[in-house]
Amino acid sequence: MPENDPKQPHDEGSGVSRREFLKISSISVAAVPIMGTHVVEAAGEPVKVYGPGKVPVELTINGKKHALQLEPRVTLLDALRDHLEITGAKRVCDRGECGACTVLMDGKAVYACAVLAIETQGRPITTVESLMQGELLHPVQQAFVDNDASQCGFCTPGFVVAAKAFLDKHPQPTAEDIRRGLSGNFCRCGTYHGIQQAIAQMAQKGV
Amino acid sequence: MPDYSWPAAEQRTLIGKRVSRVDAPLKVSGRAKYSYDYTRPGMLFGKILRSPYAKARIVSIDTSAAEKMPGVKAVEIIQKPGTTVQWAGDEIVGVAAVDEPTAEDAIRVIKVQYQQLPHLVSDAEPPAGVGGVPGPMSEDDIWDATDLMSPPQVASQVSQLGVTFKASPDVIDEFKKFGLPAEIVEAIQKAAYHPLAESSHSASWYQKASALHQGDPDKAFAGAEAVSEGLYGAPVITHCCLETHGSTAEWPDKDHLLVHLSTQNVSGIPGQMAEPLGLPAANIRQQQDHIGGGFGSKFAADRWDITAARLSKKAGGKPVRMMLERDSELQVAGARPSAYARVKVAAKTDGTLTAWHSESWGTGGPGGGGMPPIPYLFNIPNQHKEHTAIRNNIGPARAWRAPNHPQAAAITMCALDDLAAKLNLDPLELFRKNLGITGPRAENYREEFAIAADLMGWKDKWRGRGQDRSGSVARGLGLSIHTWGGRGHSSDCDLTLHPDGSVDIKLGSQDLGTGTRTCILMVAAETLGLPIEAISLYIGDTMYPPSGGSGGSTTIGGVSSSTRRAAVDAREGLFTKVAPALNAQPADLECVNGTVRVKSDPSRSLSWKQACSKLGAVPLTARGKNPDKSKPPDLTNSGVGGVQMAEVEVDTDTGVAKVKKIVAVQDCGLIIDLKTAESQCYGALIMGITYALYEEKIMDQLTGRMLNPNMQFYRLAGISDIPELVVHMMTGKGYDERGVIGLGEPPVISPGAAISNAVANAIGVRVPFLPLTPDRVLKALADHNLD
Ligand code: FES
Ligand code: FES
Repeated sequence: MPENDPKQPHDEGSGVSRREFLKISSISVAAVPIMGTHVVEAAGEPVKVYGPGKVPVELTINGKKHALQLEPRVTLLDALRDHLEITGAKRVCDRGECGACTVLMDGKAVYACAVLAIETQGRPITTVESLMQGELLHPVQQAFVDNDASQCGFCTPGFVVAAKAFLDKHPQPTAEDIRRGLSGNFCRCGTYHGIQQAIAQMAQKGV
Repeated sequence: MPDYSWPAAEQRTLIGKRVSRVDAPLKVSGRAKYSYDYTRPGMLFGKILRSPYAKARIVSIDTSAAEKMPGVKAVEIIQKPGTTVQWAGDEIVGVAAVDEPTAEDAIRVIKVQYQQLPHLVSDAEPPAGVGGVPGPMSEDDIWDATDLMSPPQVASQVSQLGVTFKASPDVIDEFKKFGLPAEIVEAIQKAAYHPLAESSHSASWYQKASALHQGDPDKAFAGAEAVSEGLYGAPVITHCCLETHGSTAEWPDKDHLLVHLSTQNVSGIPGQMAEPLGLPAANIRQQQDHIGGGFGSKFAADRWDITAARLSKKAGGKPVRMMLERDSELQVAGARPSAYARVKVAAKTDGTLTAWHSESWGTGGPGGGGMPPIPYLFNIPNQHKEHTAIRNNIGPARAWRAPNHPQAAAITMCALDDLAAKLNLDPLELFRKNLGITGPRAENYREEFAIAADLMGWKDKWRGRGQDRSGSVARGLGLSIHTWGGRGHSSDCDLTLHPDGSVDIKLGSQDLGTGTRTCILMVAAETLGLPIEAISLYIGDTMYPPSGGSGGSTTIGGVSSSTRRAAVDAREGLFTKVAPALNAQPADLECVNGTVRVKSDPSRSLSWKQACSKLGAVPLTARGKNPDKSKPPDLTNSGVGGVQMAEVEVDTDTGVAKVKKIVAVQDCGLIIDLKTAESQCYGALIMGITYALYEEKIMDQLTGRMLNPNMQFYRLAGISDIPELVVHMMTGKGYDERGVIGLGEPPVISPGAAISNAVANAIGVRVPFLPLTPDRVLKALADHNLD
């Protein structure tokens, strides 16, 4: 399993955590709705339930706060793409299998399609759009350009973000590290050769 | 007349160099916009209800609950009660709603009653004795036939059997554009039209193509010094574009449609949408900046795109985004036909091929599909071949990068490799020995074999079958060769010089990630003596002059030629205006390094900006075309050859095959951008590893549905599967002067065959069918041990 595998469950958070979800499945009493939020008693404890219907959700994307009205079932990916028009992260499989939607949450790579937007409240999200410094490409991005690591480019933003997260953690990766660390992303055009070269170039520069 | 020909090697400043993809910065930063990324205020989301059955008659449809649902803005029945659906996932009803969750909810409350009918989703070897008379021919059938028969034979078959499509002027134009011989086109125009009647599907799933005969195969086999027999093939696989098919459609007013459709065929889209929507093509605009993969599956405006346009109209013209989900993408949006064959091949003991016999079969879904061009490349003197097409309910096939060639290579090159093993010959020797019957590129292959063998270390590494083992790890080498046509599609290009010195280029082409944008700019920049950055390029819009669809490796030939002619003409126009100021004749001038100067006296020069100011108040636009007989020479060409060699390691305990190295030696005439050309080859090798080892559209015989319509079980190669890849492009004398030839298809043809041959060489037995999954490897080993 790749070390930075975004498929790892992340169960803390301010939304409906997995732990709370389990409790809800043994609900005993329903309570009064407040602002689209219900409180129900489950396994002897009060638990907040969001929706159905839209609820206020505040997201922190690339350092900027956004107040949205979203159904709790909306993923972070769809919130980014369809509600904020931040479309760098791509929707390809929509079920945590391909990595095209990779973004950083608390600095760690996650699949944005596998996280509910509401779960990410209070947790900073970084997308590919914020990697550039003004008009200057991030060194990882420049390495992708130099080594022709994109063809159609649809997988590229996900790869760039995954590569950045990987290099932050492994500044001097071996070829084997690269193979393991980036195996959570897929490319159909076959740009892996360029990606390997790009990351090797970064490692050499010691960036 | 100005000289349009490509500049000579010593004069080239850009062409043939490694130039970074011009749109890479947009792609790596997430700023490149794809059809899927197009969002508009008030945009509606479209969803499609699809058939759960592989074959069923629609009895009734009740959409009332969906129509009443708050947030639902339009509902459109796509196939009416009474119609029979032919594959699981076929489109039944479309809805558009204010957001995606609502559209999904609406789909769930639509009630459809079906009468299930017996289906066939298998493409297993047809039982003996099946196969009716050949039926009417599809467009694919006709192209396939041209691979196998002479034009008069194909024309007579078309007249005899009729066709399954309407010979509309568009269809005819397309045939002509891609060079179908005139007598066949004529036969198509006169042929009877037989739509694929439902009854014909159930009556006969199997369709025998007529047997083809050449020389005297019976006699040749009877007298053969060696005969090898085997079973080979490749299954149905999908395109799996990462950007799914689909579009956003809106009506700016009731007579005009604007679509952002993810397509390889920008200029062709309005013509395809016009008839079903009852709208003049001139009122339809298609626009697309970037496309997330096509590979042959995105030439058409699909039924879901037409539905999006209709839903938008019903919803008062609001934009409707209709992009397929991943499961639909894999189920219905494109598949490569399967091809399998029982082959017998005969040779002399020195390896000289003498006879070929094949009984092949395969499916391209409801359309059946034709025989792959076997024996591939080697025109063996004596042949007998029969093919059975299976018309089943797996969904329609689409062109998949190098249509039919990878399957033909897998069948042929593996059969020849088995023959070499039987003769105890190094396959490299057997292939070389028979190059004389490969046609016009024979010498090219000879040269490429020498280079490839060197890069692979073939001579040192190659052992006989099953001879290179340590413990459970078996190592082996395999090879294959391939060819492709190319030529340039029709393309119009407008190049404009502005009086302020800025330059723009417009053409209704598209860049699939092949580097089209970069190459267009390189050609123009080279011709005008400017840096690439000085030129603005606009593509992907029907507001620009039309360019052909990106298929068959025809784009680079088309756009590089039209751009070159436009740039040369614009340059000539500029010279005419500038000559008086330099006190020279237009013919004495040249564009070099951002200046216009006198060839014989470079000190007499104007900067580019000064030169353009001589244009006066009006910009100068030149239209370049391809083809254009009035402006010779032909700048493109057709016919390339490539050689590939693979090295693998197979664990005979687990059955896992790993590719350790692939060498690809490829020619494609004059290369514009060496960097993106090499990337085409790397990408093709990787795609080849994927279909050799992992890919298969697996159908459930009972339910008739695809079992792996997701990216977990429809496995693509990942970065950890990528071995050492060595790409060598043939350039220089003997290659450059042929002109520009496309490269999208050729390098993807051989990997399957080369890897299969390497695995056979490693483990000592043939694994008959791709993909070479561990279970198949183990079964082949077990079957062998039983013998
Ligand atoms: S779209 Fe999120 S992992 Fe594929
Ligand atoms: S570049 Fe096309 S999918 Fe990766």
